[in-house]
Amino acid sequence: MRTKLLLSAAIGAMLVFPTFSNAEVINGEQLAADQVFTYRLLDDIKSFDPQINTDIEGSGVIRDIFEGLMNEDQKGGLIPGAASGYTVSEDKLTYTFNLRDAKWSNGDPVTAHDFAYSWKRLVDPKTASEYAWYMELMGVKNASQVVKGEVTPDELGVRAVDDNTFEVTLEKAIPYFASMTVHGSTFPVLQSVVEKHGTDWTKPGNIVGNGAYVLSEYRSGEKVVRERNPMYWDNENTIIDKTVALVINDENQALTRYLAGEIDKTNIPSGQYPRLSKEYPKQAISNPYSCSYIYWFNMGEKGPESLKDVRVRKALSYAINREVVTDRILQGGQYQSYNFAHQKTAGFDLPEIDYAGWTQKERDAKAVALLAEAGYGADNPLELTLNYNTSETHKKVAIGVSQFWKQTLGVKLTLANNEWKIHTTKQQAGDFEVSRYAWCGDYNEASTYLDLLTSYSGHNVSGYSNADYDALMVESKTMANPNANYAKAEALLAADMPFAPIYQYTGNIMLQPTLRGWPVDNLMQTFYSRDLYIVEK
Amino acid sequence: MLNLILKRLAMAVPTILVLIVFSFLLMHSAPGGPFTAERALSPEILANLEAKYGLDQPLYKQILIYINNVVFHFDFGPSFIYKDRSVNEIIAQGFPITLTYGSIAFVLAVITGVSLGVMAAIYHNSWLDYLAVGISIGAQVLPNFVMAPILVLVFTLMLGWLPGGGWEYGDPKYIIMPVLALSTSFMASIARITRSSMLEVMNANHIRTARSKGLPVRHIILRHALKPAMLPVISYLGPTFVTMVTGSVVVDLFFSTGGMGLFFVNAALNRDYSVMMGITILVGVLTIFFNLVVDILYAWIDPKIRL
Amino acid sequence: MRGLTRKSGYRAMLFKQEKIKNLAIAIAEQDVKGRSLWADARKRFFQNKAAVAGLVILILVALFAFVGAQISQFSNDEIDFMVIGQVAELGGPSFSSGHYFGTDDLGRDLFARVVQGTQISLMVGVVGAAIAVIAGTLYGATAGYIGGRVDNFMMRIVDILMAVPYMFVIILLLVIFGRSISMLFVGIGLLSWLEMSRIVRGQTLSIKNKEYIEAAQATGVPSFRIILQHIVPNLTGIVAVYATLLVPLMILTESFISFLGLGVQEPDTSWGALIFEGAGTMQYGTLWQLAFPLFFFVITLFAFFFVGDGLRDALDPKDR
Repeated sequence: MRTKLLLSAAIGAMLVFPTFSNAEVINGEQLAADQVFTYRLLDDIKSFDPQINTDIEGSGVIRDIFEGLMNEDQKGGLIPGAASGYTVSEDKLTYTFNLRDAKWSNGDPVTAHDFAYSWKRLVDPKTASEYAWYMELMGVKNASQVVKGEVTPDELGVRAVDDNTFEVTLEKAIPYFASMTVHGSTFPVLQSVVEKHGTDWTKPGNIVGNGAYVLSEYRSGEKVVRERNPMYWDNENTIIDKTVALVINDENQALTRYLAGEIDKTNIPSGQYPRLSKEYPKQAISNPYSCSYIYWFNMGEKGPESLKDVRVRKALSYAINREVVTDRILQGGQYQSYNFAHQKTAGFDLPEIDYAGWTQKERDAKAVALLAEAGYGADNPLELTLNYNTSETHKKVAIGVSQFWKQTLGVKLTLANNEWKIHTTKQQAGDFEVSRYAWCGDYNEASTYLDLLTSYSGHNVSGYSNADYDALMVESKTMANPNANYAKAEALLAADMPFAPIYQYTGNIMLQPTLRGWPVDNLMQTFYSRDLYIVEK
Repeated sequence: MLNLILKRLAMAVPTILVLIVFSFLLMHSAPGGPFTAERALSPEILANLEAKYGLDQPLYKQILIYINNVVFHFDFGPSFIYKDRSVNEIIAQGFPITLTYGSIAFVLAVITGVSLGVMAAIYHNSWLDYLAVGISIGAQVLPNFVMAPILVLVFTLMLGWLPGGGWEYGDPKYIIMPVLALSTSFMASIARITRSSMLEVMNANHIRTARSKGLPVRHIILRHALKPAMLPVISYLGPTFVTMVTGSVVVDLFFSTGGMGLFFVNAALNRDYSVMMGITILVGVLTIFFNLVVDILYAWIDPKIRL
Repeated sequence: MRGLTRKSGYRAMLFKQEKIKNLAIAIAEQDVKGRSLWADARKRFFQNKAAVAGLVILILVALFAFVGAQISQFSNDEIDFMVIGQVAELGGPSFSSGHYFGTDDLGRDLFARVVQGTQISLMVGVVGAAIAVIAGTLYGATAGYIGGRVDNFMMRIVDILMAVPYMFVIILLLVIFGRSISMLFVGIGLLSWLEMSRIVRGQTLSIKNKEYIEAAQATGVPSFRIILQHIVPNLTGIVAVYATLLVPLMILTESFISFLGLGVQEPDTSWGALIFEGAGTMQYGTLWQLAFPLFFFVITLFAFFFVGDGLRDALDPKDR
C-alpha cells in the first residue's frame, strides 16, 4: 500500500481559510455582527435526503447539513471532509478512508458504519434512488448487480473495517474516484434516524446530519433555513451562523429583491451582465461553470436522411456564429465552443480543433461548399426542425441559429418549442431532427463529458457510434495522463460532428459587496456556507 | 331546499369519480413521466422507481388503488417529485396560504367591484359612470404578470415599504401585494357585470314603476334593484371564488408565497401525478360545492327559480 | 257529471283556441317589431359615441394588423446584427433606423413583430369570444331552460371540465394533433365557454319564469324555438359584456398555451408573448418593448369594452 496524504491540499485550505478563533477581524476587515447569508433558489428543494436528491440546488443545501468523505476547496481541489485522508492499494482497486472523530448533530459519533449503510442505501432497489447510477459510475464493486436486484445490498463493495476505517472496493480502477466522493449522493445518513421516522426523517426537528449546519426551518415554495450545528467538528472555524435560501422563481424579480438588499446572492438574468458589471463592477461576477451547450443532430434511424450526411452536419455546425451567440445574445462571458468538454475542466488541455481557428467567414464559406456538395441549395433547400424547451435563453439561441442557417445556408428551419417533459421524452426516444441539450459535469474531469458519446453510453441520443472513439475512452481510464486520448476523441467529434457545440457556461451572479469567501474559481460552483463570512460595510 | 342539497351532494360522488378517472387517464397519456429527466435512467433504476410508486401496475388497477386510498383512508399518496412529502402535506401547507390571500382578494374585489358597478349604473352616462368604467378598465389594463413586478419595483425597491416576497405565516406586510395583484382584474370584471346587470334591471317594469311613483333612488336600488341584478354576478362569482382560493400561479411565482397555484402548474410540468390528482380533486370538490351555493343563492334572489 | 266535464273541457278548449289565436297575432306582431328592433338597435348603437369610437379603434387596429407589414422595413424574424447585443443603447424606437417601435431583445424589428402579433391576438380574442358566445350561450340556455335532471347532468359536466387539469388537455392536443394555429383555437375554445355557460344558465333559470315564455310554452312553440327566439335575445346584454371580458383573457391565455408548445411558435409571436417578454426586461432600459405591445393590447381592450357596452345598451329589449 502506498499512502497518499493530502497534505498539500490541506495546506492549501489553510491558506484560503483564515485561521482564527472567534476573531472579529479577518484579513484586516471587521466582521459584521449579523452573520446571516441569504441567497436565491430558482425552485423549491425537492428533497433533503442525500440519497434521494437529484438536483443542483438540493445538493447545495445537503452539502451544508451533511458532509461526505472529501470536500472541495475554493478552487475545486480536493480536501479532507469527514475523512482525514485515504490510502489506495497498489492495484488501485481498494480505497481506505480514515474517518476523523466527528459527531452527528444529535451527539452520536460518525462512524464508518454510517457510510457503509448510506452507500448501500443509495443502490438498494427499495430506496429506488434516481441517482443509483452514480455509484455504478464510481465503479464500486457489485453496484450494478445490487441495482438490478441480482444480489443483496450487503454485497456492495463497501466495508466498515472498524468505526474509523471505511473501505471501498472497485470493479475497475477509476483515477478520479476520490473526487467523486464530494457528491451529495455519497453523503452519510444516520440509520437510526432514517428508520425511526421513515420518509419524515428529513423534516426539521427530525433530521440529523453531520454537516456544519442543521436544517431548522423549511417552508416549501418560500424558504429553507439552516443554522449552525454546534456538534460539527470544525464549528470553531465556522463564521456564518445562519443561511437562508429564498425561493424566487423569476430571475428578474430576484434581481429586484437583490437590489433592494433582501438577498446576498442571485443569478444575473440573461443578457444583463454587461450592464450590471458596468453599474456594479464589484458585485457582478462571471466565472466558468462546468456545463456545455450543444445541438444534437439525429444521425440515428429515426433521424432525417439529410443529417446522416456528415457534410450536412459539418455545414450546419460551421455556419453557427458562436461569437454572436456568446457576445451578443448571452453576453455573460460564455466561451465559444468548438469541442465538448468544458475548457476549464481540471487537468484538461483544450485540444486544437480545426474549425475553431478559422474566421467565421472561412467557416461560412466552407459550410456553403459542403452543403452544396451534399446536394442542397436554393432549388433544393434543406428543411429541418429544431426542438428546444421553453426558456428565454434557449429561445434566443434558437432564433439566432435559425437566422445563421437561413442567411448563410438557406436552411428552412422550423422552431419547435416544447415544455420540458415533452422535449426530453422526444429527445431520449430519438424522435427529433435537431435538439437542444446541455450537459453539466458530474465531477471535475473531462471524461464526465466525453464518455457521453461512447456507443455504450445511455445518454448518447444522436445515434453516434464510432469504435475508435469507444476504444480511446476505454483506454483513457487506465492512463496516467489521459489528455492525449481526450484530444483525439475531441478531434473525432469535430470530424464526425454528431452535434454542434455552441457554448460553454459561465455562472453569472451578483454578490453583495460585504460577502466574502465565495468560491468564484470553483468550476462546479460548489459552495459551502461555512466558507463564507460577512464583513462590515 | 334540503332536498336539493341532499340530491346534489349525492350527485357529487359520481361526479368526482368521473373527474378522477378522466384526469387520471389524461395525465397518464401525456408524454413523459415523473422520472423523465435530463439523463435517461437505466431500465433497472426506472423499474425500481416504478415498483416503489406502484406505476408498474396496469392503469385500471392504479386507478382503483388510488380511489380506494382516497376514499377509505383519505390518503392522496406520496408526491413523485417532492419525495420527502405526501400530497396531503403539500396541500395542507399550500392551500391555507392561497385560501388566505384568495379570500381577502375575493372580498376586496367583490366590495369594490359591486360598488363601482352600481355607481356606474345609477349615474348611467354621467361622469361618475365614465369614472367607474375607467377605473374598472384601468384595473384590467395591466395583466397581473406585468403588475406584480411593477408592485415590487415600486413598493420594495423604490419605496422600501414592503418586503418583495415570502409569506411569513401570513404577516400582513406580505399579503398586501399578492392581494392587490390578484384582485384587480377580478374587481374589474365584477364591476362590469354588475353595471350591465343593474342597467338591465333598472329598466325593468317594476323598477320603472317604483321610480315613477317617486320613491327615493337609494331605496329603490337597495330594496328592489340590487338583489335581482346580482344574479349574473353570482353566477360569475361561484367559479371565480374557486379560482381565487386555489391560488394564482402568477402570484405564487412572483411573490414566493408558497401557495398552491404554483404547485399545481409545477406538478403538471413535472408530471407529479399524485399532487396533480390531489389538487384536481380539491378544485373539483370546491367547484361542485360553490356551484351548489350559487344555485341556492339563485333561489333566494328569485324565489320563482325551480332547480 | 260526465256532461259537465265534457262541457267544461269543451269550453276550455275553446278558450285555449282563442288564446292561441291571440298569441299568434301577438307573436307575429313581435316578429315585425323584431325586425325594426334590429334597426332600432343599430340606430341606438351608432348614437353611442363611446361605442362608435370603440368600433373605429377596432377597425384601425385591424387595419394596422393587415397593412402594417407593407409599412414595415423589416420582417418579423430578421435579426439586426448592428443592434443585437446593444439593444438598450441602439434598439430604441427611431424613424432613422427604420425600427419605428424599436427592436426586441434580439434586435428584431418590434414594429413588424407587433403587426404580426396583432394578427394572431385579434384572431385569438375574437375567435375565443365567439366560441364562448355560441357554445356557452346555447349550452347554458338549453340546460337552464330544460332544467331538472338534464340541467343537473349538463352542469355537472361543466363542473368536471372546470376542474380537469387544463394543461394536460393542451399537452394532449399537441401530442395527438400536432402544432397548428387551428389547434390553438381548439385549445382556447375548450376553455372559454365554460363560465359563459354557467352565467347564461343562471339567467335562463330566471327568464324562463317570465310570462311571455310561459305563454309561448302554452301555445306549444317547440323548446328550441323558445330558446332561440325568446331566451337568447334576453341574454344579449350579459353575453355581450361577458364576451368583452373574455377577449383579454383569451389573448393572455394564448401565450400560456404557446408556452406549453401548442400555439404560436417563434419566429411568430403574439401580444401575450410580447408583453411577457417586455415585462421581463422593463427595468433594464428597454421599456418600449413593453410599451408598444401593451398599448395595442390596452386600446383594443378599451375598444372591445365600449363596443360591448354599446351593444348591451342597444340590444336591451327594455331600454327604449
